[in-house]
Amino acid sequence: MAQKQKGPLSAFLVVLFILFAGFALFPLFAVTLASFKPSTELLRYGLNLKLEWSMMSLKNYAFIFQGTTDYFQWYWNSIVITVLFTVLCLILSAMVGYGLEMYRFRLKNVIFTLVLVVMMIPVEIIMLPLYKLMIGMKLINTVWGVILPFVVAPIPIFFFRQYLSGVPKDFMDAARVDGCSEYGIFVRIMMPLMAPAFAAMAILQAMNSWNNFLWPMIVLRTNDMLTLPIGLSSLLTPYGNNYDVLIAGSVLAILPILVVFLFFQRYFIEGMTAGGVKG
Amino acid sequence: MATPVHTNANVPTGQPPQTQRPTRSQWSRFIHSSRTAPYVFVLPFLLSFALFFAYPVISTVIMSFQEVLPGITTYVGLENYRDLMNPTFGKAILNSVLYTLLTLVVLIPLPLVLAVLLNSPKMPGRGLFRSVMFIPALTSVVVAGTIFRLMFGELDGSLMNSLLGVFGVEPHKWLMNANTGFLALIVLALWRWLGVNMLYYMSGLQNIPPELYEAAQIDGASRFASFWRITIPMLKPVTIYVFTISIYAGLSMFTESYMLWNGNNSPNDIGLTIVGYLYRQGLEQNSMGFGAAVGIVLLVFTLVLNLIQLKFFGMFRKED
Repeated sequence: MAQKQKGPLSAFLVVLFILFAGFALFPLFAVTLASFKPSTELLRYGLNLKLEWSMMSLKNYAFIFQGTTDYFQWYWNSIVITVLFTVLCLILSAMVGYGLEMYRFRLKNVIFTLVLVVMMIPVEIIMLPLYKLMIGMKLINTVWGVILPFVVAPIPIFFFRQYLSGVPKDFMDAARVDGCSEYGIFVRIMMPLMAPAFAAMAILQAMNSWNNFLWPMIVLRTNDMLTLPIGLSSLLTPYGNNYDVLIAGSVLAILPILVVFLFFQRYFIEGMTAGGVKG
Repeated sequence: MATPVHTNANVPTGQPPQTQRPTRSQWSRFIHSSRTAPYVFVLPFLLSFALFFAYPVISTVIMSFQEVLPGITTYVGLENYRDLMNPTFGKAILNSVLYTLLTLVVLIPLPLVLAVLLNSPKMPGRGLFRSVMFIPALTSVVVAGTIFRLMFGELDGSLMNSLLGVFGVEPHKWLMNANTGFLALIVLALWRWLGVNMLYYMSGLQNIPPELYEAAQIDGASRFASFWRITIPMLKPVTIYVFTISIYAGLSMFTESYMLWNGNNSPNDIGLTIVGYLYRQGLEQNSMGFGAAVGIVLLVFTLVLNLIQLKFFGMFRKED
């Protein structure tokens, strides 16, 4: 927008945004601070900003690393599920998005409408029959039980289809003339062209999978199979809360996603804004 | 424009002819033809849709008319739906709807205004502020919920209470009371999604041609007028999108409440949501038929809202 005023207005804006940025970072700062304090302190005074150097220590982290809880098993499970889910989701959803955008075939519009329907209906509605289905398929308490039902996801399909709408279809004809098979075109020509889309969706899907809660909580049963969010939430019990592990564990759980974000901000933001919005 | 649809008779497909063995050739030609290929590409979706969507949706409908006990299912007609008319479920619906409305009220205008402000060319540190405000969205609800639960703790030293203490206000038991408990929920939602919605609006703003503003300026329009007459209408697609995802997220909210109140049992159900009730009935109390009926109610809510929206706004997708 064209803007004439200079000094005082933009100074005001900067202050305003510093306040909002403070609001965004403050809780994370508070929890990081708390993770260095003894948990008794937390129980007695709650989460606060008191900073006393004498009570700061790495004890909570040391306790996690001693391995008395399954914390690192949960961490590992989260990594396995996130990686498997993301890789499969990208390949399968890219296939579907590609099929829907680049070909003309009879059921095309019907199938695309179904994708939109899946996108619009909250998965929570089908949670119970899906749970029964998982019991039937003997997938309860397994990695596949967490992954399979949601691995072909409507949002990435939608996104890939949208992305491919900017790719000229002449490429395909040229490749066909050169004797490339339909699948060869996808693997050798389109997949490389889709690399930026893969990057954006990979980050987004990995984040969703890393933070996913309700469905893994339903499927996973034994302590050694839990993912990080479920494991952390299991530390809060009616009989007492293991704040020492919980607080330090929460900080460690945010860490990887934060690091990835700081490195790949551009793709993250692309992935977020690409969810079907076109001005 | 060449269309990708070929008649498959003479077009060389896939393997070079010399490697095709006669026994395989027919199958190979079928699978490699450009008529079959699109179906192979969409096959993962068709399978997943049938098994993990269509079948469960149909099962939910059927289950909602049944009493499901381990090993025995009996048809009970509308009994589950009759049982749904109880004050607890009423409260769950009310909470979910209220939460959805409040998040809409907070999480549409505020991000819109912030995006416009941040988008002004004189604004320093745009990218930095955008990224910083996005960071809360990275944290899982479990972690965020734990933090907010501690911030809104009932101890005198807890953040919110010590903050109020500065102004001489008595400490509150935030999460024990319906109003302040809801406040905590909304602040949590605001914290997590403000930056994301702002980001959506910022990317929408990029798509508004600057000539529009220039023309308006020549015509002597005030900045407020061009915001009202150009920015808001041009951002309509983004608003519809944000609206859609907010309704979806609002109606299916569960984890936030689960984390703030330690597992789906808030005092007097002040934080109970529709999904929370579904979870309690279907999984905690193992009354799956009844839980399925709760699911159907949620389905009806979503469908009605989606239809209203389709009617009013048209779809947010635009065919290009």
